[in-house]
Amino acid sequence: MTANGWLQIFFLLLVVLLITKPLGGFMARVFGRERTWLDPVMRPMERILYRLTGVDESHDMDWKEYALALLLFSGVSMILLYVLQRVQQWAWLPWNPQKLAGVPPALAFNTAASFTTNTNWQNYSPESTMSYLTQMVGLAYHNWVSAAAGMALAIAFIRGISRREQKTIGNFWVDLVRGTLWILAPLCLVGALLLVSQGVVQNLKPYDTVQVVDPYLTPQLGSDGKPVNGPDGKPLMQTVTQQVIAQGPTASQEIIKELGTNGGGFFNANSAHPFENPTPFTNFLEMFCILAIPSAFTYTLGKMTGSPRHGWAVWAAMALLFLAGVTTAYWAEARGNPLITSAALHSPQHSASALQASGNLEGKEVRFGVANSALFATVTTDTSCGAVNSMHDSFTPLGGMVPLINLMLSEVIFGGVGAGMYGMLVFVILSVFIAGLMVGRTPEYLGKKIEAYDVKMAMLVVLIFPLVILVLTAISVLYSFGTSAISNAGPHGFTQILYAFTSSVANNGSAFNGFSGNTPWYNTSLGIAMLLGRFMMILPMLAIAGNLAGKKQTPATLGTFPVTGPLFTVLLIGVVVIVGALTFFPALSLGPILEHLLMQAGKTF
Amino acid sequence: MKKNLITAVLMTLVTTVLFGLAFPIVITGLAQVLFPRQANGELLTKNGRVVGSRWIGQSFSSLGYFHSRPSSAGTGYDATNSGGSNLGPTNQSLVARVQGDADRLQAENPGVAIPMDMLTSSGSGLDPHISPEAAEFQVPRIARERGVSEDVVREAVRQHTEARQFGFLGEPRVNVLVLNLTLDEISPKPVNR
Repeated sequence: MTANGWLQIFFLLLVVLLITKPLGGFMARVFGRERTWLDPVMRPMERILYRLTGVDESHDMDWKEYALALLLFSGVSMILLYVLQRVQQWAWLPWNPQKLAGVPPALAFNTAASFTTNTNWQNYSPESTMSYLTQMVGLAYHNWVSAAAGMALAIAFIRGISRREQKTIGNFWVDLVRGTLWILAPLCLVGALLLVSQGVVQNLKPYDTVQVVDPYLTPQLGSDGKPVNGPDGKPLMQTVTQQVIAQGPTASQEIIKELGTNGGGFFNANSAHPFENPTPFTNFLEMFCILAIPSAFTYTLGKMTGSPRHGWAVWAAMALLFLAGVTTAYWAEARGNPLITSAALHSPQHSASALQASGNLEGKEVRFGVANSALFATVTTDTSCGAVNSMHDSFTPLGGMVPLINLMLSEVIFGGVGAGMYGMLVFVILSVFIAGLMVGRTPEYLGKKIEAYDVKMAMLVVLIFPLVILVLTAISVLYSFGTSAISNAGPHGFTQILYAFTSSVANNGSAFNGFSGNTPWYNTSLGIAMLLGRFMMILPMLAIAGNLAGKKQTPATLGTFPVTGPLFTVLLIGVVVIVGALTFFPALSLGPILEHLLMQAGKTF
Repeated sequence: MKKNLITAVLMTLVTTVLFGLAFPIVITGLAQVLFPRQANGELLTKNGRVVGSRWIGQSFSSLGYFHSRPSSAGTGYDATNSGGSNLGPTNQSLVARVQGDADRLQAENPGVAIPMDMLTSSGSGLDPHISPEAAEFQVPRIARERGVSEDVVREAVRQHTEARQFGFLGEPRVNVLVLNLTLDEISPKPVNR
């Protein structure tokens, strides 16, 4: 670990802290339908949109109608994405310069579920599967609306807390439209151009073919991707003189991929690809975009509920958990892989100085190094983003366990755009409930009594999550249709499967990428896991919001547990960690913890 | 229900036109006008031929060129097939690959410490950079093969070493393709293979 590495980590956290108040305050005004400086441009567009889609902006919805609107919108847009993938090869459709074929049904279902639920799990390699049209109109489009839907839900929940004796929690369509027009669109416009100025590509041209400087020999590959052997049994070699360079409208997708905490790469290597993330500055900008809106939501929460200090107490809990994660990941990766060190020094003539120690660089880019790779991995899994600038599969066991644990804590450390806020609020309700149990009185949260119905719904959210992950993982490790996807033997293979289901249910989308999920079992089971992970969390959450909105305001007394100070922050961290750790600790000890011990003992698989 | 369903269909169509079509097309237009070089992948030419992109690494195997890191993209630096090795830390294939590469590099430059980036494959498989240490490690071989002094080669490396951005972001690095193109200008001696 270096001083410069820490400087970059704290600089990112500082800039995120600085944006929290201005952006959070702006978001509170946008969703509160107050005047903003963008109104002269956006207000006319908003009105036209409502006229075209038949939205009555003065109508307020109860939680059931709000949920229905969300489900209908997700359903319709998911079907459209499915159809688009199936027909992208039709000749009259534009922007398919590489003549890529239609996507097979199971994979198209998985991808449609993936992008609709803000997961962006990818069982395919984009540059060889998806046309520019599908990427823009299908995939990048869902990056916008799944993020905006997440923001709408968080705002609806916050309204549930702040409203008194009302049945309604807002209008889904209005929240959706205002979130995209006022918040996502302006930030994306500026961000996309900044990315292009650094070298992120943005074009609609066919892939470039270039003549390489130094032609070289490689084994010839057959149609199955395996080397072809000649009559003498040796692999046939071929001279490579050309390199084909994939292109496309990348920047416009890259920016919303980060800002909307979506994470689906335009290219297979995601943000490790130099065309998605060419410089350390784009890397910083991308991490900042991932954290900006989720962090700002804590201020929006404080502002809309009239308790700014509560918002900051939640922010502090998130920041401390973030630092714990990044410290562990950075430490583990900087420490490196002892197996690689000893492999490099294996023969006797190598002296101990024959290797320059610089941590575990397998799966990492030189321009980012260990610090920025560990930081990005933490940021992307604290939130529901799932973009990667290095390959988590090749992290050291403990380094790779940090992203996995972040997912298992259901992404509430800043969390997804909106999704992190409402996920954290469920933990807040549990914290207040536990504090109430300890002193033996009815818990209150910002003046609302927390009663049996609210706690039952919160527990539903907390229980469905590990249930889906652990049951599907258990089924997959028992049968060959599940274990066939593993690319690394030993405990690491178990971790690959566990990571896949955790990432899907948590709607993250990052992967231990050696895992080959493009099979009928995984396309289906991961697709269903993603849908359950999104909608089975949202429904109980909206039910709590609707129930809270109807309650009376109870004045705070001396006996009320304060949700503003350090005591609350510590309790909240405790609840998040204990709920996550207790449920998943047995699974973690079979995977990364066991692998760490075996690696230390020099065992390979 | 029915009213919300109709709105859902219309909203999907209208927002698709807005964010799925209009936004990327506007950005493409602006990018092509404001930053045409960057938006098209910063292609590099040599003697009028396009030989690569500044951002996409290439495989170099001749001894007279600086070598890139090991790559797991396709059969190596396949820019339609980006990706890492995804070998886990306890995978035997990873250990075997590192051993093989370490032996080859030690034979090339005995007694000098091998930089870690030369033994590990990148996340994209297209990493255009190596560390300054990895470049320095290769300097004696290049000088020998090209018949020029080490200082000439070292000067070229120094010119193409990029510092941390704004002094503190990222890591110092050397662009292999750009460096090799410069090398061909300094010493156009045909390189044996």
